[in-house]
Amino acid sequence: MTATIFWQLVFGFGAISLVSVGGGIAVLPEMHRLVVDVHGWMTDADFAQRFALAQAAPGPNILVVGLFGWHVGGVLGMLTAVLAMTLPTSMLAFGFSRLRTRLAGRFWLRVVERGLVPIAVGLIAASGLILAQGTATGWMPALVTAASTLFVWRTDFSPLWVLVAGALLGIALF
Amino acid sequence: MTDEPPPRPVPTLLDLFLTYGKIGLIGFGGINAWARRVLVEEKRWLTDQEYAETLGLGQVLPGPNALNASIMVGDRFHGAAGAIVAPGAMFGGPLILLAGLAMFYDAYGEVPVVKAVLAGIAAAAAGMVIGTAAKMTQKIRPPPSLLAVGLCALVAAGLFRVPLPYVVLGLAPFGILAAYRVLRAK
Repeated sequence: MTATIFWQLVFGFGAISLVSVGGGIAVLPEMHRLVVDVHGWMTDADFAQRFALAQAAPGPNILVVGLFGWHVGGVLGMLTAVLAMTLPTSMLAFGFSRLRTRLAGRFWLRVVERGLVPIAVGLIAASGLILAQGTATGWMPALVTAASTLFVWRTDFSPLWVLVAGALLGIALF
Repeated sequence: MTDEPPPRPVPTLLDLFLTYGKIGLIGFGGINAWARRVLVEEKRWLTDQEYAETLGLGQVLPGPNALNASIMVGDRFHGAAGAIVAPGAMFGGPLILLAGLAMFYDAYGEVPVVKAVLAGIAAAAAGMVIGTAAKMTQKIRPPPSLLAVGLCALVAAGLFRVPLPYVVLGLAPFGILAAYRVLRAK
């Protein structure tokens, strides 16, 4: 990895991270602009494939930036991109966490915390819906999604079971 | 004997490391649904309400919300050390896995059986995420005004694909107003 690319990763993803309100994936279009349009590091198709791969793998979705970094700078590029994307906002979150501890129990803090809860839950539901739209290429995957929804909602068994079932059904039916 | 629930366990630093490492490695389809499953149901370190509040704050701050939430949870139990250990474990495992996967995918990504397995896991993971939201709603029992804000977030982000910063910042005032009216009435 050249020094130029290192700094492009640091400043590019560092700047994007600071505007990523709502989550890292909210700024996916901005990442596309940086990686495909501005620097020409990869094609549209490369970008989409790496996003799909990061989605299929476990772990924070934001790790997709690691794949972009890997593409231009190997292991070092991967680490640089991930750290640039996570360190600045982590400092901010830690500072906020300290403030929250100090203000714990204040009426206004409780109001704000309570008020943001439905947005947090609504956005989890929305991300599930978006994932489902991407995977429902026929009635069988849609049925797997519906069954998995019911299983996780109505039972307390580990959701890992539905992933195993999904993988097996994938082999058998798709 | 009383009917009170047993006291909630407090994790050690090692617990935080192992648990967040596990959350990272099983976190298909995104971390948040799995973090809730492990922290609330399996470990009982947090209640549904506490987890949702932490995640809600994590969404308003810039940065990946799962990361922000893990920093706040780590800080809550072990201060600065916890705030480093929890997200470090959550990112470390998957990062190593992803590096391996990147190489594997270059070689085998087009093999039909691999594609079929990934498609099956993705379909199941989507249902897991939706089911988690349904379960949280059922446990938290939001009053109608807060439920309406949540449904707006779902429709705006899930159906109309409104960019997340607009959803979060646009709905936050309404959620806060609704919570103010609910808490003041108590």
